[in-house]
Amino acid sequence: MSEEQAAVSEAELHAHVDGTLSPPRRAAVEAWLRAHPEDQERIAAYRAQNEALRALFDPVLDEPVPARLQAAARRSRARSWPGQLAAVAASLIVGVAVGWVLRGPAPVLPVLTADATLPRRAALAHAVYTPEVLHPVEVGADEEAHLVKWLSKRLDQPLKAPDLSGLGFRLVGGRLLPGGEKPAGQFMYENTLGRRLTLYVSTDLDGNRETAFRFAQERGASVFYWIDGPLGYALVADMDRGPLLQVAETVYRQISP
Amino acid sequence: MSAMDGLVAAQIPRLRRYARALTGDAARADDLVQDTLERAWGRRHLWRAGTDLRAWLFTVMHNVFLNQQRGARPATDFVELDDGLPLPARPDGTDVQLELRDVATALAQLPAEYREVLLLVALEEMRYEDVAKVLAIPIGTVMSRLSRARERLRALTQAPGVPTLRRVK
Repeated sequence: MSEEQAAVSEAELHAHVDGTLSPPRRAAVEAWLRAHPEDQERIAAYRAQNEALRALFDPVLDEPVPARLQAAARRSRARSWPGQLAAVAASLIVGVAVGWVLRGPAPVLPVLTADATLPRRAALAHAVYTPEVLHPVEVGADEEAHLVKWLSKRLDQPLKAPDLSGLGFRLVGGRLLPGGEKPAGQFMYENTLGRRLTLYVSTDLDGNRETAFRFAQERGASVFYWIDGPLGYALVADMDRGPLLQVAETVYRQISP
Repeated sequence: MSAMDGLVAAQIPRLRRYARALTGDAARADDLVQDTLERAWGRRHLWRAGTDLRAWLFTVMHNVFLNQQRGARPATDFVELDDGLPLPARPDGTDVQLELRDVATALAQLPAEYREVLLLVALEEMRYEDVAKVLAIPIGTVMSRLSRARERLRALTQAPGVPTLRRVK
């Protein structure tokens, strides 16, 4: 064994895996490996790891970049989405323990009451699905007619997907969700910055028939909710109360019979 | 759109690839990228034109990631909520073609600081010196983490007592 072979270091073995050795050193390392099958096996395994990692993650390079990231690269001041899945997992676990502050016409209610069920479910569904990149909705806006018909059938009430394009939000699509006793529906909208809002629709009203707009908030998300005949609506977004009220009024006007 | 905006935008796919591998979750990864881009914007005066923008962005991402790791979120390990225990590796292999799913599962089990080094080297093909700069650690630490990451990954993707390449005599 030559001096050069003896001098092969662990760092050089890794550099060999990563193809960054100079030609003379590469020859030395290759000679070393021929004489040391265990190292050869190890290096082959490391190379296979590199290949596996690229096979796993290189496809991400070809995915379209979400609008919210394009916007962020162009000096958008958009806040990050508060409904990170991590936080959602925690809230799924603690569920009912989530603290709510109800504002608006009602006095401040520090504990959950029956009529907080609607905004709570809506906010949770919002937090779960709006961060989704690949599958934010079950049925896309390209099948809007089918989506509305399907959800109407499952909720057993005629629904409409409001047109919010006047406010800069286009329909992404919607999904069916479990409610309390009955299924609920969610429509999702997105603006050009990738900011999303959701409209949650439910027939599970717990006997509540109050028709005023009510406002609730949790972490960054604001919720306006109201009852309209047999349906309860909750509009959720990471927005201030004022702008969200404007959206809520638009929704309300469009869906009122 | 300024010149820098365009250069930053060109790096987004790489940032996303790395973040996806680092977090193991598409939504979390994009949140990380978004936070990184916003922070990079806020600190753009710290980047000197002509220097390696990619390395700078990865440095920013590393810092954002560290902050998130430090954040008070003890119950946020999605890897554990995901698929439960890793599947055992199959003992039939006589070559080193690894099952991708086993690698993904094993990767998620590495400590984050090993994962970072391994991914910057394997995915980004970054030079070891650059990895040291991005992560603000000595080159010796880069090498020891790389070595441990690879060895641990190898152990995790091999069935116990069944070395993949060893010939039976």
